[in-house]
Amino acid sequence: MSVDNRQQKAERIRHLLDTEGDNVHENTQVFNDGRYESTAHLDDYDRLKDEARAIKEDAIERLPELLDQVTEAVETNGGTVYLADDTADANRYITEVAGGRNVVKSKSMTSEEIEVNESLEASGADVWETDLAEFVLQVADEAPSHIVAPAIHKSRKEIADLFNVYFDPEEPLETAEELTQFAREYLGEKIRDAEVGMTGANFITADTGTLALVTSEGNARKSVQATDTHIAVAGVEKLVPTIEDLQPFVELIGRSGTGQDITSYISLFTPPSDSPTFGEEGELGPGDDRDFHLVLIDNGRMEMREDDQLRETLYCIRCSACANSCANFQHVGGHAFGGETYSGGIATGWEAGVHGQESAAEFNDLCTGCSRCVNACPVKIDIPWINTVVRDRINHEDATEFDFLVEGLTPDEEPGGMDLQKRLFGNYATLAKLGSATAPISNWLAGTKPVRMLMEQFMGIDRRRDLPKFRHETLRKWFKTRGGSRVSPADAKREAVLYPDTYTDYVQVERGKAAVRALEALGVSVQIPEVASSGRAPLSQGMIETAERHAHEVYADLAGHIDAGQDIVVIEPSDLAMFTSEYEKFLADESAERLDNNSYEIMEYVYGLLENGASGRELRGGDGEEVAYHSHCQQRTLGLEAHTVAVLSELGYDVLTSETECCGMAGSFGYKREYYELSMDVGSELEAQFQAEDARNRTVVASGTSCLEQLESLLERSSQHPVQLVDPAK
Amino acid sequence: MSAGPLATFESSLDELGVDLAQTTSDQFESTLVPLLNAPAVGAQLPFENVSLPDTVETDPTVQELEKAETGVTAAGYGIADYGSVVIQGGPEGKEPVSLYADKHVAVIAASDVLPDMDTTFDRLAEDIRNDTGQAIIATGPSATADMGALVKGAHGPMDVTVVLLGDR
Repeated sequence: MSVDNRQQKAERIRHLLDTEGDNVHENTQVFNDGRYESTAHLDDYDRLKDEARAIKEDAIERLPELLDQVTEAVETNGGTVYLADDTADANRYITEVAGGRNVVKSKSMTSEEIEVNESLEASGADVWETDLAEFVLQVADEAPSHIVAPAIHKSRKEIADLFNVYFDPEEPLETAEELTQFAREYLGEKIRDAEVGMTGANFITADTGTLALVTSEGNARKSVQATDTHIAVAGVEKLVPTIEDLQPFVELIGRSGTGQDITSYISLFTPPSDSPTFGEEGELGPGDDRDFHLVLIDNGRMEMREDDQLRETLYCIRCSACANSCANFQHVGGHAFGGETYSGGIATGWEAGVHGQESAAEFNDLCTGCSRCVNACPVKIDIPWINTVVRDRINHEDATEFDFLVEGLTPDEEPGGMDLQKRLFGNYATLAKLGSATAPISNWLAGTKPVRMLMEQFMGIDRRRDLPKFRHETLRKWFKTRGGSRVSPADAKREAVLYPDTYTDYVQVERGKAAVRALEALGVSVQIPEVASSGRAPLSQGMIETAERHAHEVYADLAGHIDAGQDIVVIEPSDLAMFTSEYEKFLADESAERLDNNSYEIMEYVYGLLENGASGRELRGGDGEEVAYHSHCQQRTLGLEAHTVAVLSELGYDVLTSETECCGMAGSFGYKREYYELSMDVGSELEAQFQAEDARNRTVVASGTSCLEQLESLLERSSQHPVQLVDPAK
Repeated sequence: MSAGPLATFESSLDELGVDLAQTTSDQFESTLVPLLNAPAVGAQLPFENVSLPDTVETDPTVQELEKAETGVTAAGYGIADYGSVVIQGGPEGKEPVSLYADKHVAVIAASDVLPDMDTTFDRLAEDIRNDTGQAIIATGPSATADMGALVKGAHGPMDVTVVLLGDR
């Protein structure tokens, strides 16, 4: 990315933070909190998710067969099915069916994807969006910023101002009730006058040709009931085999999206509908000669189905949980975190599939891979992985004929056309090794103004962010100098390999030393062998090939230790997450499983030792010390926050945990010039909580490297890893 | 042991702010009449010995439909866990009647209150395969949050009452 592009991007993000950020934040937060609450009430949330996922897997697998089946079912009912290859094909067909008659629409992202309004209007039709949010956007001439609540970025006041100027009502509109009532009446007239009703479909059952529409307002029902022709547009991926298959989705979709147990209306239409329609002269007439057209849109989806990495995108039920649970999305919304149509975490997959990589490239880097969306997704899509894959493809797409000139700059096999900034962060392990070898000169040099300016200009590293200070004496060197473990294997209760992640080894050496002493205090014999870096850094820059190579190296380095019955103890949560999640993609199943089964986060391991009878007497007790603890995104996804809290509490610390789930830093993200301000904006919530009266004087602890760095920049007081608190030497 | 479906249905409706009136076919009319805000429209009820009073217009014009304060229809099922009613629209006009008036009164047989979504979808599948083309799982009033705050009654009713026929 050029300096100018970076500058432009930073400005655009700043603008959205200022103008739309607050509204998006407030509303997505409500949705996200609602999701937690509502899914907690489900007896068997995980079973439902598994069921939903299995149905989608099966449906996409059998898609061609289901397409034939639904065509037969709809035609038997008296409707028509049209399979549209692309946008132009879909629009041509729809415009022909509408024949210039007036159209009322209920909300449909698929119809946004093909921009059907423009083509209908060009044919002389009057088109009205009847979903109130879409109506607002139609009046404002804006694009949706969220897939479920498209006008989420607008406040009541902004809507009122918009309506008062546009419609010039006798009495200015002010309250949400007045605005709703006005829109209902205005659109009521449009619905009465229209002859064509257009809807999307959240699901379509292949066996009966039934459309399931998940709605709240009632406008979809009116648009179908009051008109003589119903056109439903949907992506081909919306097919599920049978009516019974709708059940898990009906229970999951509202909870996942807006946090409602169920939305007001789940409409199951098996068109053509025979409910009375609005006939001539104000009579309710028989509805049994309604015309129905189901337009199923391919537009790249069948190709996505063939694509091993993008296929999972088709399992998406467009609930928006990935957007609502994403800290970056919560702050900037879909006008930054979105492409031509789709926004939020899964949008990268959709945009790459239906509009092409270029559209995905615009916002793909806003996914930091924090994985908070993974547990939120009701069909268990590994969204960060899709984003990484697309990032990797974008990197390769940028390769140019001049690649050979810079190929030597970095030791990996990734293409030279790749952004210099990404190459730098992706090769952090190499940089750390160099920086440490030349410390403290490297630190001094990197801290000087001219160097910071050059780094900002050429690599886009924001000069407002402090750089990590490399330590000349690495953790491994220290450990060797002290003569290895103080507990011999013969006397040990257990033997552990402390994984020397790049940061702990070269930068945050103190937390490594503390971990060694804590483990020894619990009777564990410790080793710190040379092990390759996990590959997290290259992975997050989309350098999959490099990350995969690291995975094989790590496994080769650790397999012997596992064979010898040693446990692998990891300090950095994002590295543990690599071992337990991403390595599945890189290693043979059995290898990945072995590494996963034998790897533990440091505090999880301490917890296990204490639970199994180890005495914590030698660890430093809290004696009521007040602590403010921030867990780590990926650590939470793995369900490991509780272990740290339990250990600290057991040792007598008074622990307050952060309610904000994200510090905003996420690996290299907060260093980048274009994202620095967003990173700080996200972090401001954590800052506010830890600066509040009940937390202001507490000792700050955090598990992740990036979290610690962000906390250092947010707070006056310094922070440390929890294992440093309990360090017996302290 | 969980509570029976009727008790669960009652508490789910309560949580949604939906009024519940329990009655029998003998008492139906006297239960219904106080719930009606005039003008009222309705779709014929499928229950034996139960009918709508004459004040309820069962063959409304579009204008009457839009002016109606109350719309009375039967509901095919209730779903105890969610407090939902299933409106199975068809030629008799349940869809428009349940949708346009400010208040929807859904009449449902106690024996049609199903415990959960699983059971409901088994029944719905059977119905749809037997040609009942339309089923709306309606839960509480129509609502929107699109205008900057939660508003009850967007395009549909802002108020829902369930009349439960205990002897059906």
